[in-house]
Amino acid sequence: MVEPRSREELRHLLDATGPRVDTSSIIARGLGRSYGDAAQCAGGRVVRLQGSPHIGAVDANTGTIDVEAGVSLDALMRHTLMRGWFVPVTPGTRQVTVGGALAADVHGKNHHRDGSICAHVESLTLESPAGTFEVGPERDPELFWATAGGMGLTGVITRATLRLLPVETDRMVVDTDRFDDLDAVMAAMEEGDDRYRYSVAWVDCTAGSRAGRAVLTRGDHARREDLGPVRRRPGARGSSGLPATRLGVPHRLPLHPLNGATIRAFNEAWYRRAPRQRRDEIQPLGRFFHPLDGVADWNRLYGPRGFVQYQFVVGPTDGALVRRAIELFSSRALPSFLAVLKRFGPGDPGPLSFPMAGWTLAVDLPVGPELLPRTLDELDELVAGAGGRVYLAKDARLRPELLAAMYPRAGDLARTRRRVDPAGILRSDLSRRLSID
Amino acid sequence: MLDAFGQPQSIVVLGGTSDIAGAVVDRLCARRCRTVVLAGRDPARLRDAAARATRAGATQLSEVVFDAREVTAAGTTVDRCFDAAGDVDVVLLAVGVLSGRDNELDAAHAADVAAVTYAWPVAAATRAAARLVDQGYGRLVVLSSVAAVRVRRANFVYASAKAGLDAFALELADTVRASGVTVQVIRPGFVRTKMTAGLPAAPFATTPAAVADAVVTGLATTDTVIWVPQALRWVFGVLTLLPTAIWKRLPG
Repeated sequence: MVEPRSREELRHLLDATGPRVDTSSIIARGLGRSYGDAAQCAGGRVVRLQGSPHIGAVDANTGTIDVEAGVSLDALMRHTLMRGWFVPVTPGTRQVTVGGALAADVHGKNHHRDGSICAHVESLTLESPAGTFEVGPERDPELFWATAGGMGLTGVITRATLRLLPVETDRMVVDTDRFDDLDAVMAAMEEGDDRYRYSVAWVDCTAGSRAGRAVLTRGDHARREDLGPVRRRPGARGSSGLPATRLGVPHRLPLHPLNGATIRAFNEAWYRRAPRQRRDEIQPLGRFFHPLDGVADWNRLYGPRGFVQYQFVVGPTDGALVRRAIELFSSRALPSFLAVLKRFGPGDPGPLSFPMAGWTLAVDLPVGPELLPRTLDELDELVAGAGGRVYLAKDARLRPELLAAMYPRAGDLARTRRRVDPAGILRSDLSRRLSID
Repeated sequence: MLDAFGQPQSIVVLGGTSDIAGAVVDRLCARRCRTVVLAGRDPARLRDAAARATRAGATQLSEVVFDAREVTAAGTTVDRCFDAAGDVDVVLLAVGVLSGRDNELDAAHAADVAAVTYAWPVAAATRAAARLVDQGYGRLVVLSSVAAVRVRRANFVYASAKAGLDAFALELADTVRASGVTVQVIRPGFVRTKMTAGLPAAPFATTPAAVADAVVTGLATTDTVIWVPQALRWVFGVLTLLPTAIWKRLPG
């Protein structure tokens, strides 16, 4: 792990041609929240940007902001919410950096409407072995899109200009609906998602006959008139709507609380807790977007063997594959703590960017059951066969043979990489495992 | 690279013509493994093992011929294997030769068994561990035996060599732990293989397939020692405590 203190030090790390340089593999890491091996580099160097990164002022006319890439989305949200702006896209945790979010081209509950985060970038600065590049959708679009979702394989993102979303309050207006089966929730999403900026469904993958029941939450930012007189402005009462982390998980647990029985119980409770239908509920931002951020180190609940995340996307007419996946997990007793279903809008041009129009399902699966690796391999085949793909930011086990089918434009990335990294030093365990040239 | 389930994409097998090695390679190639380097003594048998690996799904194969009696050449042999493979995810060390009752007092035979079962594997494991540490990750799987846990008369030269190798590997595991490299010791009971053909089977006898299954599932764990079958862990927990007089009277 190396932490350059200046741009010059970072340039020196990336310099693969000068005298007395280290030419071992190098990859950038943000806050290390990738579930897989995207920001690991065995035997090489992992770069972290040091210090307390700078957040610029919001340009009130254009709604843009200049940020250093090491800024976390948490810090950025706290900074901008007070001023009436929200990040254009947030994934399920705020504890990621801007650089990491762009490198994974993260999506949020608003993908069906707003696309992924790189659709909201005006420009970014990239430090590559071949030099420093200022790129954007208009300026060197080839390198910009290769970097958008490029998993750090084009260089280290050090700065970005993002377009923010104006909001009137730090609350959400949320509609909740509960469904007894998968077809019903998918039909409701197809029919009504367009009326909401944010939409996501939780699906039960555990209990046999109940597999597929779902809780759909959809909403938008609350406007001033949606709230009572107390919470008029974002940041009124000194809050940003984002709670501090309240709970923690100790390092060593006597037993591993997440097993088949507790996961079933959790899913049961989650379903029962949800109202059959509720309209216009006012919720704090944190609860709506980042429920897991309330528990520090929640991943420890899975014990030392951990878990794998599996997320795939298939086209709008391949919803049957979502059903097939849930049937497989449920019938083979592979319990998932949280399964999340969402409709994506069109993808962007990044060759390794994950989102594409259709259905995406994300599941957390504890490592252990013997059937798990083979089941995921089977699903990969089905997903690739349907022209879909799995999310590389979460992957730690895809077969390299399937990468080309899932990301047919990965070859474009190879061309760009030869331009900005002729010696090929930008590598991660992910790129080595999947042979991404 | 190793995936989230510890499954390798490349393997170096030292002792690549053994029954257990063949069964392990079959299983790994059915999953993720594509690069296979087989090192062994007999070129003809190496070719057979390579053909078997290809049938199992390997696409990049190399064969390295060596003689385990040439202890000082062990490091060079390991280097040739690593250079042929590129990134090495797993090294399987399955080299050894059984001793018997016929030549218990034959010094040349004892020297051979000690060299092939202990000295060469120790030198090779040391070099393999060093290469894995340089690489920054990887797993070394050392095939030991329950015979190593308490040596008995029937094959004491072999068993004492395995005892030495087993103890060596446990400490090697500790030595490299901080580097991200892991060492795992497999302790099978009596395995019905070419090596044990003609010998009477001991209780808890197992098969190359069962040992290979244990190796493959063991890759997903960080356990330092794996017993095959698992029950032997408890059996030998008791057997090591037996007074010598009773131990010597046990059948098998």
